[in-house]
Amino acid sequence: MKKLLLGNAAVARGAYEAGVKVVSSYPGTPSTEITESIVEFKDIYVEWAPNEKVAAEVAIGASIAGGRAMSCMKHVGLNVMADPVFTVSYIGANGGLVFCVADDPGMHSSQNEQDSRHYAEAAKIMMLEPSDSSECKEFTKKAFSLSEEYDTPVFIRLSTRVSHSQSLVELCDPEEVTLKPYEKNISKNVMMPAMAKGRHVVVEERTLKLKKLAENCEFNTIENNGSKIGVIAAGTTYVYANEALGDKADYLKLGMVYPLPEKLIRDFSEAHDELWVVEELDPVIENHIKALGIKCHGKENFTLLGEYSQNMIKKAILGIDTEAIADPCIPNRPPVLCVGCPHRGTFYVLKKLGVTVSGDIGCYTLGAVAPLQSVDTTICMGASVSAAHGMAKARGEEFNKKLVSVIGDSTFMHSGITGLIDIVYNKGNNTIIILDNSITGMTGHQDNPTTGKTIRGESTKQVDLMALCKAIGVDRVRVEDPFDLVGFEKAVKEELAAEEPSVIIAQRPCALLKSVKYTGHCKVNADKCKSCKMCMKLGCPAISFKDGKAVIDSSQCNGCGLCVGVCPFGAIEKEEA
Amino acid sequence: MTDKLNIMIVGVGGQGTLLASRILGNVIISQGFDVKVSEVHGMSQRGGSVVTYVKYADKVASPIIDRGEADIILAFERLEALRALPFLKKGGRMIVNDRAMNPMPVITGAAEYPEGIIEELKSNADVISLDALDLAQKAGSIKAVNVVLIGVLAKSTDIPYDAWIETIKTTVPEKFLDVNLKAFQLGYNL
Repeated sequence: MKKLLLGNAAVARGAYEAGVKVVSSYPGTPSTEITESIVEFKDIYVEWAPNEKVAAEVAIGASIAGGRAMSCMKHVGLNVMADPVFTVSYIGANGGLVFCVADDPGMHSSQNEQDSRHYAEAAKIMMLEPSDSSECKEFTKKAFSLSEEYDTPVFIRLSTRVSHSQSLVELCDPEEVTLKPYEKNISKNVMMPAMAKGRHVVVEERTLKLKKLAENCEFNTIENNGSKIGVIAAGTTYVYANEALGDKADYLKLGMVYPLPEKLIRDFSEAHDELWVVEELDPVIENHIKALGIKCHGKENFTLLGEYSQNMIKKAILGIDTEAIADPCIPNRPPVLCVGCPHRGTFYVLKKLGVTVSGDIGCYTLGAVAPLQSVDTTICMGASVSAAHGMAKARGEEFNKKLVSVIGDSTFMHSGITGLIDIVYNKGNNTIIILDNSITGMTGHQDNPTTGKTIRGESTKQVDLMALCKAIGVDRVRVEDPFDLVGFEKAVKEELAAEEPSVIIAQRPCALLKSVKYTGHCKVNADKCKSCKMCMKLGCPAISFKDGKAVIDSSQCNGCGLCVGVCPFGAIEKEEA
Repeated sequence: MTDKLNIMIVGVGGQGTLLASRILGNVIISQGFDVKVSEVHGMSQRGGSVVTYVKYADKVASPIIDRGEADIILAFERLEALRALPFLKKGGRMIVNDRAMNPMPVITGAAEYPEGIIEELKSNADVISLDALDLAQKAGSIKAVNVVLIGVLAKSTDIPYDAWIETIKTTVPEKFLDVNLKAFQLGYNL
């Protein structure tokens, strides 16, 4: 039976058919739906871990214990889990161990554009790269058996267009997989210097075997059209090139991108007058080929930035321009905080107070853009807390009196807590605002340790943020409603004035949660509107200014009522449905 | 019957473009074509410009549609229709919901919402413009704008009417089915 599946769902399907036992991940676009899709398979243990390092370690433990295991993350999540990954390369795999990493060329939803293929070489771990959903399933399935056969973890590398494209997948029954025996083996599983030295030898021998495998790997294929032009590509760029050039080129499609098949590449090169390497982001394959002494065209005709496309490839290789209407000069439409977003109240107050805001990763990063323009910095998960500590130590207490950190509930669990411990331990005096919207918002509503629900929706222990902050030594912890603009402003001022670290838990659920039921709509009474534009400072997508007066689009307004309190003339009224 | 079509669905995050692409993808498979549907999740869904590519043929390679490659563009909003225009093939069809949603630069006063969009589209494309919100309201829910537009699109393809109805029945949750079937018919019979 064939089914239209998202690349991510196809990876999950492949893991299911391969008999995966344990899946642990932290959400991150564009990888999130892999783990969410596992939920449909009742017999697989699946969880959201607090961060990617924990998730990887859970999967590694499951593998050592003899079960097939997988962990999935976005490219920057791989940085978080890099520590165990580099060492499990030495340990290898008992039960098949697969890490799926989704890159985001073009940065649709990311803070950088790093190329995960570097990790494969650096950690000496085999990497497969599918180009559509059908391959997502096949490659993932095969990755588990390769992992066991070669005693190695295996990377599956995805990118936004593979993860978030749907194409047809043939569904098969799952394999019967039993747990492999667990035997205590300290020379393999205890990585201290004496044992690790021995394992490093094994890793280098394994890489030689994998290089041999690459030469004959079923995923590295040649498509011969009798052309003088040879194109080497993988994943997205293979399908783009295929569409752009059709039978005007021959293709060496690499399904295994680390290690590379050197002989296959050399033979392909010798059979063609012109060799092109088409790869998004960094010249990983190109540099390798050039190091072999083989001439090829690559980045000098393309770009290190963003996504590729069929037109770009057609232009670079065939010199053909595609006719199209010129881009119109029109206002762009950047993403914004949703109507009813609880963060809007927080950022409105922070902007009003003119404080420096050390920001973090999540929907609330959007607090950086006009008109709220509150956020000063965004680095990585958790950095809002620790970077603010550094700012305060560099610039002193005067600066710190007008400095806050903002961090979401899920991000705080991920890696904010360690920064806060640093502040308490090292006698810092920062004010941290935890934006507790009761969910992991940006990635599309995943539960986390503060929501009291597991990935399967089962009730579980809920981390008590107040008790947690108090337990690590923060004495000033308070819960405030960011929609109570007066109360929230007072709270921020008091905590900034305090001579000790403090935490404000800004508590109001995400407006998109089913449990949140705002009713009615807000309406501007044009007679009372004095055109002061105070309401426009909220940056609510439902409020605009027409003919000198504020107007609220009732088809967009969800009746959250935040604007009612902002208008100094009482011109905004709530109409109940 | 047309055996190859590149369709783009454009709109504003939160307008229900993903359901539209799901219906479209499913109806295409029911006709036995190869299909690829490419969408972007995450940040852009927060009220930003969203684009979905739906392509079918005997064999589809690239999941994306590049400039000058779309046969049909289904636009949920005027400004987004204009933004997508360079992706339309010469003489391609643009189905546009004649409705304006102000993007943040317009709301903050940094930019103005362009006038005369429909006229500009008409000078470059075969345009069908309609008030899908009004038809969705007539069908019983403002949320059915997406299915009204799918109805209009259906008329522009060679895929049989019954296949669309069957697909909507299997794609849309039972309790919203009546509204959506009505919405589809209002769009189809425009």
